[in-house]
Amino acid sequence: MSEPLLKVRDLTQHFRVSRTFTVKAVNGVSFDIYPGETYGLVGESGSGKTTIGRSIIRLYNPTSGSVLFEGKEIAGKLDRSTEKMLREDMQMIFQDPMSSLNPRKKVGDIIGEGLDIHHRFASSKERDDAVAAMLDKVGLSQAHAERYPHQFSGGQRQRVGIARALIMNPKLIIADECISALDVSIQAQVVNLMKDIQDSTGCAYLFIAHDLSMVKYISDRIGVLHLGYMVETGTTEEIFANPVHPYTKSLLSAVPLPNPEVEKRRVSVPYDRVAEGVDYAKGTEHLLEGTHSVLATDEELARWTA
Amino acid sequence: MEMNENAILQFVNLDISFRTNAGVVHAIRGVNLDLQKGETVAIVGESGSGKSVTVKAAVGLLDGNATVNSGQILYRYKGDDGTEKVVDLLAMDKRELRRTINGSRIAMVFQDPMTSLDPTMTIGKQIMEGILLHKKGDKAQAHARALELLQLVGITDAEKRMKNYPHQLSGGMRQRVVIAIALASDPDILICDEPTTALDVTIQARILELIKDVQRRLGLSVIYITHDLGVVAKVADYVNVMYAGKIIEVGNVNEIFYDPKHPYTWGLLAAMPDLETDDDRLASIPGSPPNLLHEPVGDAFAARNAYAMAIDEKIDPPMFKVSDTHYAATWLLHPNAPKVEMPDELKTRIARSRKEAEAYL
Repeated sequence: MSEPLLKVRDLTQHFRVSRTFTVKAVNGVSFDIYPGETYGLVGESGSGKTTIGRSIIRLYNPTSGSVLFEGKEIAGKLDRSTEKMLREDMQMIFQDPMSSLNPRKKVGDIIGEGLDIHHRFASSKERDDAVAAMLDKVGLSQAHAERYPHQFSGGQRQRVGIARALIMNPKLIIADECISALDVSIQAQVVNLMKDIQDSTGCAYLFIAHDLSMVKYISDRIGVLHLGYMVETGTTEEIFANPVHPYTKSLLSAVPLPNPEVEKRRVSVPYDRVAEGVDYAKGTEHLLEGTHSVLATDEELARWTA
Repeated sequence: MEMNENAILQFVNLDISFRTNAGVVHAIRGVNLDLQKGETVAIVGESGSGKSVTVKAAVGLLDGNATVNSGQILYRYKGDDGTEKVVDLLAMDKRELRRTINGSRIAMVFQDPMTSLDPTMTIGKQIMEGILLHKKGDKAQAHARALELLQLVGITDAEKRMKNYPHQLSGGMRQRVVIAIALASDPDILICDEPTTALDVTIQARILELIKDVQRRLGLSVIYITHDLGVVAKVADYVNVMYAGKIIEVGNVNEIFYDPKHPYTWGLLAAMPDLETDDDRLASIPGSPPNLLHEPVGDAFAARNAYAMAIDEKIDPPMFKVSDTHYAATWLLHPNAPKVEMPDELKTRIARSRKEAEAYL
């Protein structure tokens, strides 16, 4: 495989709440994202998946660890050219399409804001054309540029959020629960749109979600997070065909499937970290096959694979 | 009053509109729904389809700008004197409803457990509140009952938890408390309005299993409102698919999932990937739901329907009978309609589901 686009090594993100209490949101997480692929991050709320996304795009300053984006270190202090590169080549789509769009700006200006800041156009006509083309691409009409966010439905607003991320032609898009707030039929539209865009522009996605069936559908590789630790990672097939970590198993068993005869009989497998006596801090990463690895001590691994 | 023999709650031709600044929104356009004793009925639909409004009408929680244009909500119960009574909940005085039905006979679990609990009251007090209010015991009895309920909903260390405030509990725990409160005065009917939408999948599974378990033990009838078809498959006996203020397909859970008839139901099922889906594209329903500010002419789904016919633009389809329990409102079921099959992806999906189901038996 080619060089990874994003290389995250031992990323740690702690938040100091008070002198005596620090929230350890992310503890030593490592993964790679290759150009043009989709990497899915799953886990329950509080597992640190959103924090990882926000640390990578530098909405937070990582506590320690390294993040290499296109071969450049972006975890520490940023010099001006690196920051510019980061702001142009990495974009984010947020969860709530209402609160992430400025209600006082027209949609055309929201989408064109990146172009304005980075002076990516020669004339105002060129800018307006770029915005119009982007609106077309995400399935909105050009007349929509003159409207305000509140005049759109949820699905349309999320399209605006996608258009805003795409206009910079980014190499990596961090999609943070970007379909969770949408209805099922609209979710499918947005996911299809994201796939089409990936096919035509070759951008990579970091897809953060808690809906496992959607993550499985869209991702090439998956990382399972729990309490700030990456407990299992691998290709989608590896994880779903052969989950090893009990947390992954519990997560998979909890996904409700649209199949009543099966679903009525299935009981979810509970997972209690304390009762199982699992201490993530003691575990080390064990490579099982291909890219499939699991966080465990030797003894735990023997027990889980037995 | 006419009422189906076995039904405990029956919505008859319910029609509700809302006055808004922009005009009158005709949100519910003739809903008929039966709930039988001990059963679970699910109402599925997109946001804005009117599923919440329908059940809120039954518990008298409609907003002030709502008008009930027509319809009845019939409720059958055993009165205190032991005789069977049938009342129309819509015709009842609001005070009367509060005193005799709400909370004590029909209880509701809301979506967000944080906003439905009082942050300034211990959870023990909140559970006892209902019991004392409906005069189902004195303080000591209420306390004992609250403890019992907390254990029923799977909260360990109940004695200690009674003194906790909502913010000291996790989301799943809070939802358990909300369920305990709903069960506090032995209701006949439990209405769950998206009870797990705000929760994680692992916790969602536990809460759904809990509700099922409680239902079996107490013989409750449950109405489930959700947009998640996976949840429906897990909990429901009967499913009502709602679109633009109307129920467009109803059937038992196997009929809806293995033999759906309405194109909207096809779309909903196909849009949700199961763990086996590996098609390049998800089948999606184009467009978005209609704005009910403007009264739809003909079938409200016609504009998004790939199988729409000329008649769909003119006349709203009636409910066509598929089997004794299965009905769908689509002209495709009319004897003169061309024969249309569900999309291929969905067909292969259903075949796969059936095979999985057989493997499970």
